[in-house]
Amino acid sequence: MKLNKNLAISESGFAFNGSTGDSFLLNETATFIISKIKSNLSREEILDALIKEFDVNPITAEKDLIDFLNQLRTFDLLED
Amino acid sequence: MKVAVTGLNNTDNPGPGVPVIRSILNHPDFSGEIIGLHYDNLEPGIYMDGIKSRSYMIPYPSQGPESLLERLRYIHSKENIDVIIPTLDSELYNFIHISDELAVLGIKTFLPTTDNLEKRSKDKLFEFCEENEIDSPKTFVINSLTQVNEILKEINYPIVVKGIFYEAYICYTFDEVSTNFYKIASKWGLPIIIQEYLVGDEVNVAAVGDGEGNTIGAVAMRKLFITDKGKGWAGVTIGDDKLIDLTHKVINALKWRSGLELEILKSKKDGKYYLLEINSRLPAWVYLTQAAGQNLPYYILQLALGEKVEPVREYEIGKMFIRCSIDLISDMKTYEKLSVYGEL
Repeated sequence: MKLNKNLAISESGFAFNGSTGDSFLLNETATFIISKIKSNLSREEILDALIKEFDVNPITAEKDLIDFLNQLRTFDLLED
Repeated sequence: MKVAVTGLNNTDNPGPGVPVIRSILNHPDFSGEIIGLHYDNLEPGIYMDGIKSRSYMIPYPSQGPESLLERLRYIHSKENIDVIIPTLDSELYNFIHISDELAVLGIKTFLPTTDNLEKRSKDKLFEFCEENEIDSPKTFVINSLTQVNEILKEINYPIVVKGIFYEAYICYTFDEVSTNFYKIASKWGLPIIIQEYLVGDEVNVAAVGDGEGNTIGAVAMRKLFITDKGKGWAGVTIGDDKLIDLTHKVINALKWRSGLELEILKSKKDGKYYLLEINSRLPAWVYLTQAAGQNLPYYILQLALGEKVEPVREYEIGKMFIRCSIDLISDMKTYEKLSVYGEL
């Protein structure tokens, strides 16, 4: 997975897509997932990291991860 | 140096005059005075501090090129103007018509050509796009409602019904098409333009062409807030090579001379950029371009002066503008001077 190269993300969780002008506010979980995508982790590795970091059951974590990745795709922010 | 600029109508549907002036004044190499040219005594730019040294009323475009020339001769006799930058579409034909006489007077301009203006007109744009393999919504020029049924064999509802100069309505039924056809025709005359309706995000590009096919500068912007008149009240510069390449292609194909604004739609369906309109002047948001690193109004001034201007492609992405509405205070003495003498 690769993030759209035009996506700029600040430490505050503010994300700006420089090719479309869209901006987004990321919550803590979203910021965490984005940082892992940036570190070139696979989906399975991100899922493991999520479970460890947020002490959440695997089913909820996987559902949330899939939802968020789909949102990124909808906004053209993820290149598979 | 004295530079005269039109379009001081900084209203909720602003002309580009004030942002053009502010851009020129901001350029570190500019030293000179700005002379305002206004059509109405209540154009806010006349009353703004630090915008112009003096301002003169000029006749409305409908009064024709001769009366404009006569008035400019008078203004020139008082001001000795070096360059005039017209900023409104509606006045361009008159300025083009008198540009030779202005040159004889020693007044320089850098205007689009008549050929530029005709090729980008709403009723010819689709043809231009087809000839140059530029994506554009399917467009039909009609003089009668009876032609709509034929068009509906090629495109489906909703369709856009547009006037030759202004106004556009999205229509979902024949009744809506009929109502808007007559509404627009009664205001702006025939023909009427029927256009395929595409869903997507609109983006705008302000650019300057040198008249030989080269793009001197181009900055793309996405509106973040739109007024009920459809005007951008806030926007941000965006960067996409495809968008800038499309602008270069359009300017090259038209051999566009001077400033322009492209209205482009990024289709949600296929992600492609579709050219919707070409406005034959810099937009009212042009002040943003100098903040992003391309002073498009200053390039026009340099080109008018015959200077060599190197093309620039880079600019800062993520630079924002937010328009602001404030009340300027004046008094009736000022308004009196403008009303009686036509100058301030």
